[in-house]
Amino acid sequence: MDLTMIQIILVVIVAFLAGVEGILDEFHFHQPIIACTLIGLVTGELVPCLILGGTLQLIALGWANIGAAVAPDAALASVASAIILVLGGQGEEGVTSAIAIAVPLAVAGLLLTIIVRTLATGIVHLMDAAAREGNFRRVDMWHIIAIIMQGLRIAIPAALIVAIGAAPVRDLLQAMPAWLTDGLAVGGGMVVAVGYAMVINMMATREVWPFFAIGFVLATIPSITLLGLGGIGVALALIYLALTKQGGSGNGGNGNTGDPLGKIIDDY
Amino acid sequence: MAEQLKLSKKDRVAIWWRSTFIQGSWNYERMQNGGWAFSMIPAIKRLYKTKEDRAAALQRHLEFFNTHPYVASPIIGVTLALEEERANGAPVDDKAIQGVKVGMMGPLAGIGDPTFWFTVKPILGALAASLALTGNILGPILYFVLWNLIRMGFTWYTQELGYKAGSKITEDLSGGLLQDITKGASILGMFILGSLVNRWVSVAFAPTVSEVQLDEGAYIDWDELPAGSEGIKTALEQQAAGRSLSDTSVTTLQDNLDSLIPGLAGLLITLLCMWLLRKKVSPIVMILGLFVIGIVFHSIGLM
Repeated sequence: MDLTMIQIILVVIVAFLAGVEGILDEFHFHQPIIACTLIGLVTGELVPCLILGGTLQLIALGWANIGAAVAPDAALASVASAIILVLGGQGEEGVTSAIAIAVPLAVAGLLLTIIVRTLATGIVHLMDAAAREGNFRRVDMWHIIAIIMQGLRIAIPAALIVAIGAAPVRDLLQAMPAWLTDGLAVGGGMVVAVGYAMVINMMATREVWPFFAIGFVLATIPSITLLGLGGIGVALALIYLALTKQGGSGNGGNGNTGDPLGKIIDDY
Repeated sequence: MAEQLKLSKKDRVAIWWRSTFIQGSWNYERMQNGGWAFSMIPAIKRLYKTKEDRAAALQRHLEFFNTHPYVASPIIGVTLALEEERANGAPVDDKAIQGVKVGMMGPLAGIGDPTFWFTVKPILGALAASLALTGNILGPILYFVLWNLIRMGFTWYTQELGYKAGSKITEDLSGGLLQDITKGASILGMFILGSLVNRWVSVAFAPTVSEVQLDEGAYIDWDELPAGSEGIKTALEQQAAGRSLSDTSVTTLQDNLDSLIPGLAGLLITLLCMWLLRKKVSPIVMILGLFVIGIVFHSIGLM
Protein backbone atom coordinates (compact mmCIF):
# COMPACT_ATOMS: atom_id res chain seq x y z
CA MET A 1 0.00 0.00 0.00
CA ASP A 2 1.06 3.59 -0.49
CA LEU A 3 1.54 5.91 2.45
CA THR A 4 0.54 9.54 2.51
CA MET A 5 3.15 12.21 3.16
CA ILE A 6 1.93 12.69 6.74
CA GLN A 7 2.09 8.96 7.40
CA ILE A 8 5.63 8.81 6.06
CA ILE A 9 6.69 11.65 8.35
CA LEU A 10 5.09 9.95 11.35
CA VAL A 11 6.78 6.65 10.49
CA VAL A 12 10.15 8.40 10.37
CA ILE A 13 9.46 10.05 13.74
CA VAL A 14 8.61 6.70 15.33
CA ALA A 15 11.78 5.25 13.78
CA PHE A 16 13.79 8.12 15.24
CA LEU A 17 12.40 7.51 18.73
CA ALA A 18 13.13 3.80 18.43
CA GLY A 19 16.69 4.57 17.38
CA VAL A 20 17.24 6.91 20.32
CA GLU A 21 15.85 4.34 22.71
CA GLY A 22 17.96 1.61 21.12
CA ILE A 23 20.89 3.19 22.94
CA LEU A 24 19.17 4.78 25.96
CA ASP A 25 17.17 1.70 26.93
CA GLU A 26 14.96 3.84 29.20
CA PHE A 27 11.44 4.44 27.84
CA HIS A 28 11.59 1.32 25.66
CA PHE A 29 10.23 2.78 22.43
CA HIS A 30 12.58 0.36 20.66
CA GLN A 31 10.98 -2.76 22.10
CA PRO A 32 9.14 -4.59 19.30
CA ILE A 33 5.82 -4.50 21.11
CA ILE A 34 5.96 -0.71 21.32
CA ALA A 35 7.76 0.15 18.06
CA CYS A 36 5.69 -2.13 15.80
CA THR A 37 2.46 -0.99 17.42
CA LEU A 38 3.35 2.67 16.89
CA ILE A 39 4.18 2.03 13.23
CA GLY A 40 0.83 0.26 12.91
CA LEU A 41 -0.92 3.13 14.63
CA VAL A 42 0.41 5.81 12.29
CA THR A 43 -0.10 3.77 9.12
CA GLY A 44 -3.57 2.49 9.98
CA GLU A 45 -2.44 -1.16 10.02
CA LEU A 46 -2.74 -1.49 13.77
CA VAL A 47 -3.75 -5.11 14.25
CA PRO A 48 -1.20 -6.83 11.96
CA CYS A 49 1.60 -4.67 13.40
CA LEU A 50 0.41 -5.39 16.93
CA ILE A 51 0.63 -9.12 16.27
CA LEU A 52 4.06 -8.70 14.64
CA GLY A 53 5.20 -6.74 17.68
CA GLY A 54 3.96 -9.38 20.09
CA THR A 55 5.68 -12.16 18.17
CA LEU A 56 8.96 -10.29 17.88
CA GLN A 57 8.80 -9.36 21.56
CA LEU A 58 8.75 -13.04 22.47
CA ILE A 59 11.80 -13.64 20.27
CA ALA A 60 13.60 -10.66 21.80
CA LEU A 61 12.79 -11.37 25.45
CA GLY A 62 16.38 -12.05 26.40
CA TRP A 63 18.09 -9.49 24.16
CA ALA A 64 19.93 -7.03 26.36
CA ASN A 65 22.95 -4.78 26.21
CA ILE A 66 25.19 -6.19 28.90
CA GLY A 67 28.35 -4.26 29.65
CA ALA A 68 29.82 -3.18 26.38
CA ALA A 69 28.30 -6.03 24.42
CA VAL A 70 25.65 -5.03 21.91
CA ALA A 71 22.50 -7.12 21.65
CA PRO A 72 20.85 -7.79 18.30
CA ASP A 73 19.17 -4.55 17.40
CA ALA A 74 15.49 -4.71 18.31
CA ALA A 75 14.93 -1.16 17.06
CA LEU A 76 15.82 -1.70 13.40
CA ALA A 77 14.28 -5.17 13.40
CA SER A 78 10.93 -3.90 14.71
CA VAL A 79 10.69 -0.69 12.74
CA ALA A 80 11.90 -2.05 9.42
CA SER A 81 9.94 -5.30 9.53
CA ALA A 82 6.77 -3.40 10.49
CA ILE A 83 7.26 -1.00 7.58
CA ILE A 84 7.84 -3.92 5.21
CA LEU A 85 4.70 -5.58 6.57
CA VAL A 86 2.66 -2.42 5.95
CA LEU A 87 4.13 -1.85 2.47
CA GLY A 88 3.50 -5.49 1.54
CA GLY A 89 -0.20 -4.90 2.14
CA GLN A 90 -0.93 -8.52 3.06
CA GLY A 91 -2.31 -7.68 6.49
CA GLU A 92 -2.04 -10.42 9.09
CA GLU A 93 -0.92 -12.96 6.48
CA GLY A 94 2.27 -11.01 5.97
CA VAL A 95 3.36 -11.33 9.61
CA THR A 96 5.32 -14.57 9.13
CA SER A 97 7.47 -13.29 6.30
CA ALA A 98 8.01 -10.00 8.15
CA ILE A 99 9.42 -11.99 11.09
CA ALA A 100 11.77 -13.86 8.77
CA ILE A 101 13.14 -10.50 7.64
CA ALA A 102 13.38 -9.11 11.17
CA VAL A 103 16.21 -11.34 12.38
CA PRO A 104 18.77 -10.44 9.67
CA LEU A 105 17.67 -6.84 10.20
CA ALA A 106 18.55 -7.14 13.86
CA VAL A 107 22.07 -8.17 12.84
CA ALA A 108 22.31 -5.35 10.28
CA GLY A 109 21.19 -2.95 13.00
CA LEU A 110 23.97 -4.28 15.19
CA LEU A 111 26.50 -3.12 12.60
CA LEU A 112 24.96 0.35 12.49
CA THR A 113 25.06 0.49 16.29
CA ILE A 114 28.74 -0.39 16.33
CA ILE A 115 29.44 2.29 13.74
CA VAL A 116 27.54 4.96 15.68
CA ARG A 117 29.17 3.97 18.98
CA THR A 118 32.56 4.33 17.31
CA LEU A 119 31.61 7.73 15.89
CA ALA A 120 30.52 8.76 19.39
CA THR A 121 34.13 8.26 20.47
CA GLY A 122 34.98 11.27 18.33
CA ILE A 123 32.14 13.20 19.93
CA VAL A 124 33.39 12.70 23.48
CA HIS A 125 36.72 14.18 22.41
CA LEU A 126 34.79 17.28 21.33
CA MET A 127 33.11 17.19 24.74
CA ASP A 128 36.58 17.05 26.33
CA ALA A 129 37.49 20.22 24.47
CA ALA A 130 34.29 21.94 25.62
CA ALA A 131 34.93 20.79 29.19
CA ARG A 132 38.41 22.32 29.19
CA GLU A 133 36.76 25.66 28.55
CA GLY A 134 34.06 24.99 31.15
CA ASN A 135 31.47 25.40 28.41
CA PHE A 136 28.27 23.68 29.63
CA ARG A 137 26.31 24.55 26.51
CA ARG A 138 28.74 22.82 24.20
CA VAL A 139 28.93 19.69 26.39
CA ASP A 140 25.12 19.55 26.31
CA MET A 141 25.07 20.17 22.59
CA TRP A 142 27.48 17.36 21.72
CA HIS A 143 25.64 14.94 23.97
CA ILE A 144 22.37 15.79 22.25
CA ILE A 145 24.01 15.48 18.82
CA ALA A 146 25.16 11.99 19.81
CA ILE A 147 21.57 11.12 20.76
CA ILE A 148 20.27 12.50 17.46
CA MET A 149 22.86 10.39 15.64
CA GLN A 150 21.42 7.30 17.32
CA GLY A 151 17.92 8.34 16.22
CA LEU A 152 19.03 8.82 12.62
CA ARG A 153 20.57 5.35 12.74
CA ILE A 154 17.01 3.97 12.48
CA ALA A 155 15.19 6.95 10.94
CA ILE A 156 17.35 6.99 7.78
CA PRO A 157 17.01 3.26 7.03
CA ALA A 158 13.26 3.55 7.71
CA ALA A 159 12.93 6.43 5.26
CA LEU A 160 15.00 4.49 2.70
CA ILE A 161 12.78 1.42 3.00
CA VAL A 162 9.68 3.56 2.48
CA ALA A 163 11.36 5.19 -0.52
CA ILE A 164 12.64 2.09 -2.33
CA GLY A 165 9.96 -0.41 -1.35
CA ALA A 166 10.18 -3.77 0.34
CA ALA A 167 11.69 -6.08 -2.29
CA PRO A 168 15.14 -4.51 -2.77
CA VAL A 169 15.64 -4.53 1.02
CA ARG A 170 15.35 -8.28 1.09
CA ASP A 171 17.96 -8.68 -1.63
CA LEU A 172 20.35 -6.30 0.06
CA LEU A 173 20.21 -8.12 3.38
CA GLN A 174 20.97 -11.44 1.75
CA ALA A 175 23.98 -9.92 0.01
CA MET A 176 25.75 -8.92 3.22
CA PRO A 177 28.68 -11.31 3.61
CA ALA A 178 28.96 -13.41 6.77
CA TRP A 179 32.70 -12.77 7.13
CA LEU A 180 32.00 -9.09 7.62
CA THR A 181 29.20 -9.44 10.17
CA ASP A 182 30.86 -12.24 12.14
CA GLY A 183 34.26 -10.56 12.03
CA LEU A 184 32.83 -7.34 13.41
CA ALA A 185 31.20 -9.30 16.22
CA VAL A 186 34.59 -10.84 17.05
CA GLY A 187 36.18 -7.40 17.09
CA GLY A 188 33.35 -6.07 19.25
CA GLY A 189 34.20 -8.65 21.88
CA MET A 190 37.74 -7.31 22.15
CA VAL A 191 37.34 -3.54 21.96
CA VAL A 192 36.00 -3.28 25.51
CA ALA A 193 39.58 -3.97 26.59
CA VAL A 194 40.51 -0.43 25.50
CA GLY A 195 38.09 1.09 28.01
CA TYR A 196 39.29 -1.12 30.85
CA ALA A 197 42.90 -0.36 30.00
CA MET A 198 42.23 3.36 30.40
CA VAL A 199 40.73 2.96 33.88
CA ILE A 200 43.44 0.60 35.03
CA ASN A 201 46.10 3.05 33.88
CA MET A 202 44.41 5.66 36.03
CA MET A 203 43.84 3.63 39.19
CA ALA A 204 46.74 1.25 39.27
CA THR A 205 49.48 1.60 41.86
CA ARG A 206 51.97 -1.00 43.00
CA GLU A 207 49.86 -1.39 46.12
CA VAL A 208 46.58 -2.35 44.46
CA TRP A 209 47.77 -4.54 41.58
CA PRO A 210 47.49 -7.77 43.59
CA PHE A 211 43.76 -7.12 43.97
CA PHE A 212 43.44 -6.99 40.21
CA ALA A 213 45.02 -10.44 40.03
CA ILE A 214 42.69 -11.83 42.69
CA GLY A 215 39.66 -10.40 40.91
CA PHE A 216 40.79 -11.84 37.60
CA VAL A 217 41.34 -15.32 38.99
CA LEU A 218 38.13 -15.44 41.02
CA ALA A 219 36.12 -14.35 37.98
CA THR A 220 37.05 -17.63 36.27
CA ILE A 221 34.67 -19.39 38.64
CA PRO A 222 31.42 -18.97 36.75
CA SER A 223 29.17 -19.61 39.75
CA ILE A 224 30.36 -16.44 41.49
CA THR A 225 28.12 -13.65 40.22
CA LEU A 226 29.29 -10.07 39.80
CA LEU A 227 27.41 -9.22 42.98
CA GLY A 228 29.27 -11.99 44.78
CA LEU A 229 32.56 -10.68 43.44
CA GLY A 230 31.57 -7.25 44.72
CA GLY A 231 31.09 -8.74 48.18
CA ILE A 232 34.53 -10.35 48.10
CA GLY A 233 36.03 -7.09 46.88
CA VAL A 234 34.49 -5.08 49.70
CA ALA A 235 35.64 -7.65 52.23
CA LEU A 236 39.20 -7.61 50.86
CA ALA A 237 39.32 -3.83 50.98
CA LEU A 238 38.09 -3.83 54.59
CA ILE A 239 40.60 -6.44 55.66
CA TYR A 240 43.44 -4.62 53.95
CA LEU A 241 42.54 -1.30 55.53
CA ALA A 242 42.20 -2.84 58.98
CA LEU A 243 45.56 -4.60 58.69
CA THR A 244 47.44 -1.55 57.45
CA LYS A 245 46.05 0.39 60.42
CA GLN A 246 47.22 -2.18 62.94
CA GLY A 247 50.71 -2.39 61.54
CA GLY A 248 50.88 1.30 60.77
CA SER A 249 52.11 4.29 62.70
CA GLY A 250 49.56 3.81 65.45
CA ASN A 251 47.88 6.87 64.08
CA GLY A 252 44.96 6.07 66.33
CA GLY A 253 42.07 7.04 64.18
CA ASN A 254 38.76 6.77 65.82
CA GLY A 255 38.30 3.12 65.08
CA ASN A 256 35.20 3.86 63.12
CA THR A 257 35.72 1.43 60.29
CA GLY A 258 32.02 0.86 59.66
CA ASP A 259 32.58 0.81 55.94
CA PRO A 260 30.08 3.24 54.43
CA LEU A 261 30.79 2.12 50.89
CA GLY A 262 30.06 -1.45 51.84
CA LYS A 263 26.88 -0.33 53.54
CA ILE A 264 25.79 1.58 50.47
CA ILE A 265 26.35 -1.45 48.31
CA ASP A 266 24.49 -3.66 50.77
CA ASP A 267 21.61 -1.22 50.91
CA TYR A 268 20.76 -1.70 47.26
CA MET B 1 32.62 29.91 57.89
CA ALA B 2 31.17 30.61 54.49
CA GLU B 3 27.66 29.63 53.65
CA GLN B 4 27.30 25.95 52.91
CA LEU B 5 26.68 25.11 49.26
CA LYS B 6 23.72 22.77 48.93
CA LEU B 7 21.96 21.09 46.04
CA SER B 8 18.26 21.92 45.97
CA LYS B 9 15.58 19.35 45.26
CA LYS B 10 15.03 21.08 41.93
CA ASP B 11 18.69 20.45 41.05
CA ARG B 12 18.35 16.82 41.98
CA VAL B 13 15.20 16.44 39.88
CA ALA B 14 17.00 18.04 36.92
CA ILE B 15 19.91 15.63 37.40
CA TRP B 16 17.52 12.70 37.63
CA TRP B 17 15.84 13.73 34.38
CA ARG B 18 19.18 14.22 32.63
CA SER B 19 20.38 10.82 33.81
CA THR B 20 17.66 9.32 31.60
CA PHE B 21 20.01 10.16 28.73
CA ILE B 22 23.13 8.72 30.33
CA GLN B 23 23.73 6.30 27.47
CA GLY B 24 23.14 8.91 24.76
CA SER B 25 26.77 9.35 23.78
CA TRP B 26 27.80 5.78 24.61
CA ASN B 27 31.17 5.20 22.98
CA TYR B 28 33.85 2.54 22.83
CA GLU B 29 36.45 4.66 24.54
CA ARG B 30 34.88 5.79 27.83
CA MET B 31 31.36 4.38 27.41
CA GLN B 32 28.78 6.34 29.46
CA ASN B 33 31.15 9.21 30.31
CA GLY B 34 29.42 11.83 28.15
CA GLY B 35 26.03 11.03 29.60
CA TRP B 36 27.47 11.04 33.11
CA ALA B 37 28.91 14.54 32.65
CA PHE B 38 25.65 15.62 31.01
CA SER B 39 23.77 14.42 34.13
CA MET B 40 26.14 16.18 36.55
CA ILE B 41 25.91 19.59 34.88
CA PRO B 42 23.12 21.05 37.10
CA ALA B 43 25.20 20.12 40.17
CA ILE B 44 28.41 21.58 38.76
CA LYS B 45 26.58 24.80 37.91
CA ARG B 46 25.24 25.06 41.47
CA LEU B 47 28.44 24.12 43.30
CA TYR B 48 31.22 25.78 41.34
CA LYS B 49 31.29 29.39 40.29
CA THR B 50 34.69 30.04 38.72
CA LYS B 51 35.44 29.00 35.19
CA GLU B 52 38.47 26.97 36.28
CA ASP B 53 36.51 24.98 38.87
CA ARG B 54 33.74 24.31 36.41
CA ALA B 55 36.16 23.16 33.72
CA ALA B 56 37.93 20.88 36.19
CA ALA B 57 34.63 19.41 37.37
CA LEU B 58 33.44 18.75 33.83
CA GLN B 59 36.73 17.09 32.98
CA ARG B 60 36.74 14.78 35.99
CA HIS B 61 33.21 13.67 35.18
CA LEU B 62 34.19 12.82 31.61
CA GLU B 63 36.28 9.91 32.86
CA PHE B 64 35.37 6.33 32.00
CA PHE B 65 32.08 5.10 33.39
CA ASN B 66 29.81 2.19 32.54
CA THR B 67 27.11 0.37 34.40
CA HIS B 68 23.51 -0.65 33.97
CA PRO B 69 21.77 2.65 33.08
CA TYR B 70 19.26 2.48 35.95
CA VAL B 71 21.63 1.59 38.78
CA ALA B 72 23.76 4.55 37.74
CA SER B 73 21.27 6.58 39.80
CA PRO B 74 22.49 5.56 43.28
CA ILE B 75 26.07 6.17 42.11
CA ILE B 76 25.05 9.62 40.89
CA GLY B 77 23.49 10.22 44.32
CA VAL B 78 26.69 9.34 46.18
CA THR B 79 28.79 11.38 43.75
CA LEU B 80 26.52 14.40 44.26
CA ALA B 81 27.13 14.19 48.00
CA LEU B 82 30.90 13.92 47.46
CA GLU B 83 30.91 16.90 45.09
CA GLU B 84 28.90 18.91 47.57
CA GLU B 85 31.47 18.23 50.29
CA ARG B 86 34.30 19.05 47.92
CA ALA B 87 32.73 22.35 46.95
CA ASN B 88 32.44 23.13 50.66
CA GLY B 89 36.15 22.58 51.12
CA ALA B 90 36.46 18.94 52.15
CA PRO B 91 39.56 17.15 50.81
CA VAL B 92 37.76 14.93 48.32
CA ASP B 93 40.16 14.40 45.43
CA ASP B 94 39.56 13.21 41.88
CA LYS B 95 40.80 9.74 42.73
CA ALA B 96 38.24 9.36 45.54
CA ILE B 97 35.40 10.31 43.23
CA GLN B 98 36.57 8.09 40.39
CA GLY B 99 37.26 5.28 42.87
CA VAL B 100 33.74 5.43 44.27
CA LYS B 101 32.28 5.44 40.76
CA VAL B 102 34.33 2.50 39.51
CA GLY B 103 33.98 0.59 42.77
CA MET B 104 30.21 0.81 42.69
CA MET B 105 29.55 0.36 38.99
CA GLY B 106 30.56 -3.29 38.66
CA PRO B 107 28.64 -4.78 41.58
CA LEU B 108 25.61 -2.58 40.87
CA ALA B 109 25.60 -3.61 37.21
CA GLY B 110 25.60 -7.11 38.63
CA ILE B 111 22.29 -6.25 40.29
CA GLY B 112 20.77 -4.18 37.48
CA ASP B 113 21.34 -6.59 34.60
CA PRO B 114 19.66 -9.64 36.12
CA THR B 115 16.88 -7.61 37.80
CA PHE B 116 15.79 -5.45 34.91
CA TRP B 117 16.96 -7.22 31.75
CA PHE B 118 16.38 -10.81 32.82
CA THR B 119 13.51 -10.58 35.30
CA VAL B 120 11.26 -7.54 34.93
CA LYS B 121 11.60 -7.17 31.16
CA PRO B 122 10.87 -10.79 30.20
CA ILE B 123 7.91 -10.98 32.60
CA LEU B 124 6.32 -7.75 31.38
CA GLY B 125 7.28 -8.55 27.79
CA ALA B 126 5.75 -12.01 27.85
CA LEU B 127 2.58 -10.74 29.49
CA ALA B 128 2.21 -7.89 27.02
CA ALA B 129 3.11 -10.06 24.03
CA SER B 130 0.47 -12.64 24.90
CA LEU B 131 -2.14 -9.86 24.96
CA ALA B 132 -0.83 -8.38 21.70
CA LEU B 133 -0.97 -11.71 19.89
CA THR B 134 -4.73 -11.73 20.35
CA GLY B 135 -4.87 -8.25 18.81
CA ASN B 136 -5.39 -6.56 22.17
CA ILE B 137 -3.98 -3.03 22.26
CA LEU B 138 -3.76 -3.21 26.04
CA GLY B 139 -0.57 -5.29 25.64
CA PRO B 140 1.78 -2.50 24.51
CA ILE B 141 0.06 0.11 26.71
CA LEU B 142 0.48 -2.06 29.79
CA TYR B 143 4.13 -2.72 28.98
CA PHE B 144 4.95 0.93 28.38
CA VAL B 145 3.21 2.27 31.49
CA LEU B 146 4.42 -0.39 33.93
CA TRP B 147 7.99 -0.40 32.65
CA ASN B 148 8.37 3.35 32.94
CA LEU B 149 6.69 3.55 36.34
CA ILE B 150 9.05 0.94 37.73
CA ARG B 151 12.08 2.53 36.10
CA MET B 152 11.39 6.12 37.07
CA GLY B 153 10.45 5.17 40.62
CA PHE B 154 13.60 3.12 41.01
CA THR B 155 15.99 5.72 39.61
CA TRP B 156 14.57 8.65 41.62
CA TYR B 157 14.36 6.76 44.88
CA THR B 158 17.86 5.26 44.66
CA GLN B 159 19.42 8.56 43.59
CA GLU B 160 18.00 10.18 46.73
CA LEU B 161 19.13 7.23 48.85
CA GLY B 162 22.67 7.48 47.45
CA TYR B 163 22.70 11.23 48.03
CA LYS B 164 21.77 10.81 51.68
CA ALA B 165 24.15 7.92 52.30
CA GLY B 166 26.91 9.80 50.50
CA SER B 167 26.64 12.77 52.85
CA LYS B 168 27.31 10.44 55.76
CA ILE B 169 30.52 9.19 54.18
CA THR B 170 32.02 12.65 54.32
CA GLU B 171 30.53 13.78 57.65
CA ASP B 172 33.35 12.37 59.70
CA LEU B 173 36.53 13.70 58.16
CA SER B 174 38.69 13.68 61.28
CA GLY B 175 39.28 9.94 61.39
CA GLY B 176 40.87 9.83 57.97
CA LEU B 177 37.77 8.01 56.83
CA LEU B 178 38.04 9.62 53.43
CA GLN B 179 41.58 8.39 52.86
CA ASP B 180 40.36 4.94 53.81
CA ILE B 181 37.55 5.19 51.34
CA THR B 182 39.87 6.41 48.61
CA LYS B 183 42.20 3.50 49.15
CA GLY B 184 39.37 1.05 49.76
CA ALA B 185 37.64 2.19 46.60
CA SER B 186 40.74 1.76 44.48
CA ILE B 187 41.25 -1.72 45.94
CA LEU B 188 37.64 -2.60 45.17
CA GLY B 189 37.95 -0.93 41.79
CA MET B 190 41.02 -2.88 40.76
CA PHE B 191 39.49 -6.11 42.05
CA ILE B 192 36.32 -5.55 40.03
CA LEU B 193 38.33 -4.49 36.96
CA GLY B 194 40.20 -7.76 37.20
CA SER B 195 36.91 -9.65 37.17
CA LEU B 196 35.44 -7.55 34.39
CA VAL B 197 38.45 -8.08 32.15
CA ASN B 198 38.01 -11.78 32.70
CA ARG B 199 34.25 -11.82 32.13
CA TRP B 200 33.63 -9.14 29.51
CA VAL B 201 36.60 -9.08 27.17
CA SER B 202 35.73 -11.97 24.92
CA VAL B 203 38.26 -13.59 22.67
CA ALA B 204 37.86 -17.08 21.25
CA PHE B 205 40.43 -18.82 19.09
CA ALA B 206 38.83 -21.24 16.69
CA PRO B 207 41.60 -23.51 15.30
CA THR B 208 41.33 -27.17 16.16
CA VAL B 209 44.35 -28.60 17.91
CA SER B 210 43.37 -32.23 17.99
CA GLU B 211 40.51 -34.50 17.08
CA VAL B 212 40.27 -37.82 18.86
CA GLN B 213 38.03 -40.72 17.90
CA LEU B 214 36.04 -41.73 20.99
CA ASP B 215 35.40 -45.30 22.10
CA GLU B 216 32.01 -46.81 21.55
CA GLY B 217 29.73 -46.04 24.49
CA ALA B 218 31.44 -42.72 25.17
CA TYR B 219 29.21 -40.93 22.68
CA ILE B 220 25.54 -40.99 21.75
CA ASP B 221 24.96 -43.42 18.91
CA TRP B 222 22.28 -41.52 17.01
CA ASP B 223 21.41 -44.41 14.68
CA GLU B 224 20.57 -46.71 17.59
CA LEU B 225 18.08 -44.39 19.29
CA PRO B 226 14.36 -45.26 19.40
CA ALA B 227 12.19 -43.27 17.03
CA GLY B 228 10.15 -40.19 17.91
CA SER B 229 10.06 -38.45 21.24
CA GLU B 230 11.31 -41.59 23.00
CA GLY B 231 14.58 -41.14 21.08
CA ILE B 232 14.93 -37.54 22.22
CA LYS B 233 14.41 -38.64 25.79
CA THR B 234 17.05 -41.35 25.52
CA ALA B 235 19.51 -38.95 23.90
CA LEU B 236 19.04 -36.38 26.65
CA GLU B 237 19.47 -39.04 29.31
CA GLN B 238 22.66 -40.25 27.68
CA GLN B 239 24.00 -36.72 27.43
CA ALA B 240 23.20 -36.14 31.09
CA ALA B 241 25.13 -39.32 31.82
CA GLY B 242 28.17 -37.68 30.27
CA ARG B 243 28.16 -39.04 26.76
CA SER B 244 29.52 -36.88 23.98
CA LEU B 245 27.25 -35.59 21.22
CA SER B 246 29.58 -36.67 18.41
CA ASP B 247 31.94 -39.58 18.00
CA THR B 248 35.06 -37.43 18.06
CA SER B 249 36.44 -35.26 20.83
CA VAL B 250 37.54 -31.90 19.42
CA THR B 251 40.06 -29.75 21.26
CA THR B 252 40.39 -26.19 20.01
CA LEU B 253 43.23 -23.79 20.68
CA GLN B 254 40.84 -21.97 22.99
CA ASP B 255 40.31 -25.11 25.10
CA ASN B 256 44.06 -25.35 25.57
CA LEU B 257 44.33 -21.71 26.57
CA ASP B 258 41.38 -22.11 28.94
CA SER B 259 43.14 -24.94 30.71
CA LEU B 260 45.87 -22.43 31.66
CA ILE B 261 43.31 -19.92 32.89
CA PRO B 262 40.08 -18.81 31.18
CA GLY B 263 40.23 -15.24 29.97
CA LEU B 264 44.00 -15.18 29.44
CA ALA B 265 43.74 -13.80 25.92
CA GLY B 266 41.45 -11.01 27.11
CA LEU B 267 43.95 -10.14 29.83
CA LEU B 268 46.82 -10.01 27.35
CA ILE B 269 44.82 -7.72 25.06
CA THR B 270 44.00 -5.45 28.01
CA LEU B 271 47.66 -5.28 29.06
CA LEU B 272 48.65 -4.57 25.46
CA CYS B 273 46.09 -1.74 25.32
CA MET B 274 47.46 -0.28 28.58
CA TRP B 275 50.96 -0.36 27.15
CA LEU B 276 49.84 1.26 23.89
CA LEU B 277 47.96 3.96 25.83
CA ARG B 278 51.12 4.79 27.74
CA LYS B 279 52.88 5.02 24.39
CA LYS B 280 50.27 7.68 23.51
CA VAL B 281 48.53 5.59 20.86
CA SER B 282 45.05 7.02 20.27
CA PRO B 283 42.22 4.87 21.65
CA ILE B 284 40.29 5.35 18.43
CA VAL B 285 43.12 3.83 16.43
CA MET B 286 43.17 0.89 18.84
CA ILE B 287 39.40 0.37 18.57
CA LEU B 288 39.44 0.42 14.78
CA GLY B 289 42.51 -1.80 14.83
CA LEU B 290 40.75 -4.38 17.00
CA PHE B 291 37.78 -4.45 14.61
CA VAL B 292 40.14 -4.96 11.66
CA ILE B 293 41.90 -7.74 13.58
CA GLY B 294 38.51 -9.29 14.33
CA ILE B 295 37.54 -9.34 10.66
CA VAL B 296 40.95 -10.55 9.42
CA PHE B 297 41.38 -13.24 12.09
CA HIS B 298 37.83 -14.44 11.60
CA SER B 299 38.31 -14.61 7.84
CA ILE B 300 41.44 -16.74 8.10
CA GLY B 301 39.70 -18.96 10.64
CA LEU B 302 41.78 -18.02 13.66
CA MET B 303 38.91 -16.62 15.73
